This record gives sequence, C-alpha cells and structure tokens, in this order.
Amino acid sequence: MYTQALDLSQATTDNASDHEANDRFEALIAADRKIEPQDWMPPAYRKTLVRQISQHAHSEVVGMLPEGNWVTRAPSLRRKAILLAKIQDEGGHGLYLYAAAETLGTSRDQMVDALLAGRAKYSSIFNYPTLKWADIGAIGWLVDGAAIMNQVPLCRCSYGPYARAMIRICKEESFHQRQGFDLMLSLCRGTPKQKAMAQDALNRWWWPVVMMFGPSDSASINSAQTMKWGIKRISNDALRQKFIDATVPQIELLGLALPDAELRWNAQTGHYDHGPIDWSELDRVIAGHGPCNRERLAARVNAHENGAWVREAALAHARKQSARAVGVAA
Amino acid sequence: MSEAEFPLWEVFVRSKQGLDHKHCGSLHAADAQMALRMARDVYTRRMEGVSIWVVPSVAITASLAEEQSTDFDPMADKIYRHPTFYELPDEVKNM
Repeated sequence: MYTQALDLSQATTDNASDHEANDRFEALIAADRKIEPQDWMPPAYRKTLVRQISQHAHSEVVGMLPEGNWVTRAPSLRRKAILLAKIQDEGGHGLYLYAAAETLGTSRDQMVDALLAGRAKYSSIFNYPTLKWADIGAIGWLVDGAAIMNQVPLCRCSYGPYARAMIRICKEESFHQRQGFDLMLSLCRGTPKQKAMAQDALNRWWWPVVMMFGPSDSASINSAQTMKWGIKRISNDALRQKFIDATVPQIELLGLALPDAELRWNAQTGHYDHGPIDWSELDRVIAGHGPCNRERLAARVNAHENGAWVREAALAHARKQSARAVGVAA
Repeated sequence: MSEAEFPLWEVFVRSKQGLDHKHCGSLHAADAQMALRMARDVYTRRMEGVSIWVVPSVAITASLAEEQSTDFDPMADKIYRHPTFYELPDEVKNM
C-alpha cells in the first residue's frame, strides 16, 4: 500500500562466496526466519526494502499534515487532545520506520532529501484535502483502518527491524481507528447537518481509501518478487477485499448510505461485490497530480528549511558543551 | 541539502521498578540530554517506562553474524549446565 510505485532492479552476482551467502539467505527465507541488518542479502532485496520502508516512513510524516489542518478547529478540548495524540503517534511511527530503513545502509539525510526533492513517494491517500471536521473521523476510521489491514501481515515480514517496527506501530494504531469511528458515530447520532457532513466525508474518502491497497494483482508486477522474499504476505486484491468486507457493516451501523452503488453482498463468494475502481485517478495522484501533492511537498520543504536554525543551534550547543567539558577536565 | 547529522542513540527503557532496561529502539539527537528528552517523548507515551538509558550507537560493539555458530553452538551440547539434567530420587526434598 505504501509501495504503489515500486520498481526493482534485478542485480545478479557471480561471486562464489556470494553464492554461499545467498544460499544462507534463501534458507532463512524458506524457513520463515528473520533477516537481520548484519546478514548478507541480495542487493535487490536491500534496495526494495530501503524504498518500501522509507516511503512508509515518509507517509507517516506527510500524513501528519492533513490532520494538523484541523487541530486549531477541533470542536472540543477532548477531540483536540485526541487528535494531537494521534498526530504525535504518526511522528513516532515515522521515526521507527526511518530507524529501520537506516539499518539497511541509507541515511536520514538521504531519505529526507529524496522526499523533499520529489524523488521519493509516499502513500497516495495523503494527497487529498481535509475539507470538513468529519474528514478527521473518516481518516481515522477508513485510512487508519486500511493501514492496519496492511500492517498486520507486515509484522511477519522477513526483515527483522521492519517487522519489529510494525509490531510497535500496530499496538498504537488501533486507537487511531477507534477514535475515528467514535467521531463518526457522534456525528451520525447528532444533528441532520452533522450526519450529512459525515456522509459527505465518507463519499469523498471511500474510493481513495480503496485505492490505497495499490494496483490490482494482475497489474502489480512487483508483488511476486516481494512475496517470494517474505516482504509482502498477502496480495493487494485480497487485502482490499478484506477491508471492504470489514467496513461495509460498519457503514451500515453508522446509518450512512453506501458510497458505491454496486456494493452488494455476494452469498456465493462470501464477499462484497463492488464497482469498478478508476485506476487513472490513482495513476494521476501517484504521478504528482492529486489535489494536494504540491501543497504537501511545499509544507515539508518549508518545515525543513525553517527548522534548519533549530538543528544548527542544537549541534552548536552540543559541541560547545563538550568542548567545555574537555576544557574543565584539562 | 546535506548538513551535519545528529548522531544516533540507542534507547533502553525500564518498564517498571525491579525489571531490566530493555532495548526499544533508536533516535537521532544532538546530545545526551536531547536524546533523553526525545526518548521520553517517543518511547514512553503510554507509560511504558520509569527509567530511560540512552547510549551513543557507536559505543555498542556487536558479535558478528558470520560467527554466530562458532560463538554459540558449543552451548548446545553442554546440557549438564541445566538443573533438569540431574535426575534425583523422589525422596530428596527442597532440591
């Protein structure tokens, strides 16, 4: 889901000792064991993980922006405190993931530079605007709900640091979804205007969320390799279907209208049928032409540039303190 | 856009009185005090800890993955180090 635009380069090695190391790597994968930072790994495995984990980290940090948009306008202190706590968590999740990516030989600077220069991607969903307060509810309920669906199998990913980061993230993520649904419930049980706001948010967020799971399996050229390596555990379509099946009853519980006229329970398959997904929209958003791509990137660039003096001051202070300590010791 | 990076610190948290500090992750910070404050903010939001240690990552020396079997396999056949290796008569109490 956070890797909708992966591309792999198939590196080949002819070195004899690499063959031995490769056998050890294959054996670990086949035995469903973990690969750790010090273990030998194929260059393509390393490269795809750097790409996937760093883009996942970027997604967390960029994801703070659409929600940050409503912090000053939360309707109550309780909702504000909850929203702040969620946004703090997302920052922390970004950290866990950057840390995991750094174990693969990339640096924080390299990853941040790639994001700010527009070379690195992040989840398409964060390129949509939060137009109303109800969007905050829809995001927690649907976007985090979809994220959880993707992240639970990632807890079993073959790369140790990534799997461990995912376990920590999953523990924190479930409150994100529950607070979002709680928010939607309040609106749906409120005034007709509040319920209409909730319906509007569902209508606008539904398809972008469904697209979060990435291209259809038949169109996803990289899934086979990442599945072989134990990085991806469940296919895009399977996850997407699981999410839809779990969410439709929740929509009905809220008393909201289904956002897709073709959503219908299919007794034979035991799943919900749904309408066609407009893949051209996903392509456009990934290519940089979504509603907020430019705004998101500009916000990140500004934050980085405007925060430079803080980073410089912190380093200068640290150097001064350690120079003083040496001076005192001498 | 490169600048001097903050060094990396490993974070250890004692979850409650009486337990060991456990490694729970890492973070970049300019100095030890900043590392401690940030570790508190990131790793103890849900009361996961009563005490934090931060250690510069460069201070950590690790055993080598390639030497894992030479380092640790010899322990596998020294089962006499375990109490269960010794079968004593039932009559023996308090052992």
